[in-house]
Amino acid sequence: MKRFFDSELETFRSDLLRMGEVSIRQVREAIKALVEGDIGLADQVIAADDELDELEKRIDTEAIRYMNLRAPIATELRLVIVGMKASHDLERVGDEATSIAKRAIRLAAEPPLKPYVDIPRMAAIAIEMLRDALECFVHADKEKAIAVVKRDKEVDAINKQLYRELSSYMVETPSTTTRALELMFISKSLERIADHATNIAEEMVFLYEAQDIRHEESLKKFGKVD
Amino acid sequence: MDTPAATPASRTFNVPATASAADGAQTLIEIDSFDFYYGAKQALFDINLRLADKRVTAFIGPSGCGKSTLLRCLNRMNDLIDGTSVKRGNVKIRGIDIYGRDVDSIELRKRVGMVFQKSNPFPKSIYENITYGLRIQGVKSKARLDEVVEKSLRGAALWDEVKDRLHESGLGLSGGQQQRLCIARTIAVEPEVILMDEPCSALDPIATAKVEELIHELKKQFTIIIVTHSMQQAARCSDQTAFFYMGKLVEFGETRDIFMNPKNPQTEAYVSGRFG
Repeated sequence: MKRFFDSELETFRSDLLRMGEVSIRQVREAIKALVEGDIGLADQVIAADDELDELEKRIDTEAIRYMNLRAPIATELRLVIVGMKASHDLERVGDEATSIAKRAIRLAAEPPLKPYVDIPRMAAIAIEMLRDALECFVHADKEKAIAVVKRDKEVDAINKQLYRELSSYMVETPSTTTRALELMFISKSLERIADHATNIAEEMVFLYEAQDIRHEESLKKFGKVD
Repeated sequence: MDTPAATPASRTFNVPATASAADGAQTLIEIDSFDFYYGAKQALFDINLRLADKRVTAFIGPSGCGKSTLLRCLNRMNDLIDGTSVKRGNVKIRGIDIYGRDVDSIELRKRVGMVFQKSNPFPKSIYENITYGLRIQGVKSKARLDEVVEKSLRGAALWDEVKDRLHESGLGLSGGQQQRLCIARTIAVEPEVILMDEPCSALDPIATAKVEELIHELKKQFTIIIVTHSMQQAARCSDQTAFFYMGKLVEFGETRDIFMNPKNPQTEAYVSGRFG
């Protein structure tokens, strides 16, 4: 039976999807600004972060109001809680994109250290993970969510590889240190973005399956789960 | 200055509504320094309350707190109980003191309808249940009565379920349908205010949800005051909430404030189910 307050959750869901769209765009444009040395685009990314901050606050306010006044249970309660957590993850994705945009502005003032290959590749994977995680939200697709979680390792591996590579630049040519450090931080930001996408995917499994799949590998190591 | 005493009640309670349904902010009912007694026992202490037009207000509080007493004061149902008295203060609806000497309580109850805890259809057909009030008022036209029956049953979200058995007994309906029939009967005489005294306490969750949906629809046309023991119902259905305790109004405000950030610790304890 449809209730008069059902539309409130529809708004809540569409706010979360809007956050997803904006954060993906922010990451894509921050990387584009870096690769093309486009300071104007980087500035746009920095300015657009406010929308994510506002959406995060709106989602939290609505979640608290909904829990107070509508007393949700089961899937509905999980939706409200997962919505709050996922919006926090997406807001952090936005912060990382802003950080990349700021570094892109500084890097644009100097010649590129090396052709940008690995960073755009890493960004492409992180963006795909984010998109897949949001698709899990729309289509309740558990298998896709688990695939997102598994892909996190790919991004971690590129980050480690870049760390080694950029460290050798700094050792071999100390004048590259500033640029190498900026790139290291950008790589770390992308690695964090993939972590947030992983969190969102795990949250969606909890939303639709009521199953907590976080930290399963580390818990297995300590014999806490089968 | 209000001069209700000089005006015949039958005219004063037919004052057309002036507030627009959309603004929802205009005061319809004003309760000032209101003290009420059952014999020597004081049941309400110095109640001061402003209730807005076309909004739903929930009265909440533990048993014996005075919420139903106050509700029943709003259409002078308590007049029917021996020994009751208003010792101080007044209740005004659209500026008219309803305890004024010239106010006809029967006329008042046409303007301020009531739905009770236990559905109480008359042992008559569905059709006659709805038309009873109008027939008493002298309406005879069949076309007019038919029109009101359909409009009221549609208004109470019951039409589709009963349209093919309007001449069967109202007592043959399920509990939830009977309660909606009582709501249809109440709205048939086009009151301004509908008082609901725990209207869902005898209903199952689905029937309760239907009545709550109905309340949400009815507030576009009527001012509704609902007494409920269900915190969830008060939170879901009402725009404003008043919390009573031991005959006193403890806190009154927007429902979201009362449930999300009550100012009084007693209110918080009650809405979170810790006493009462």
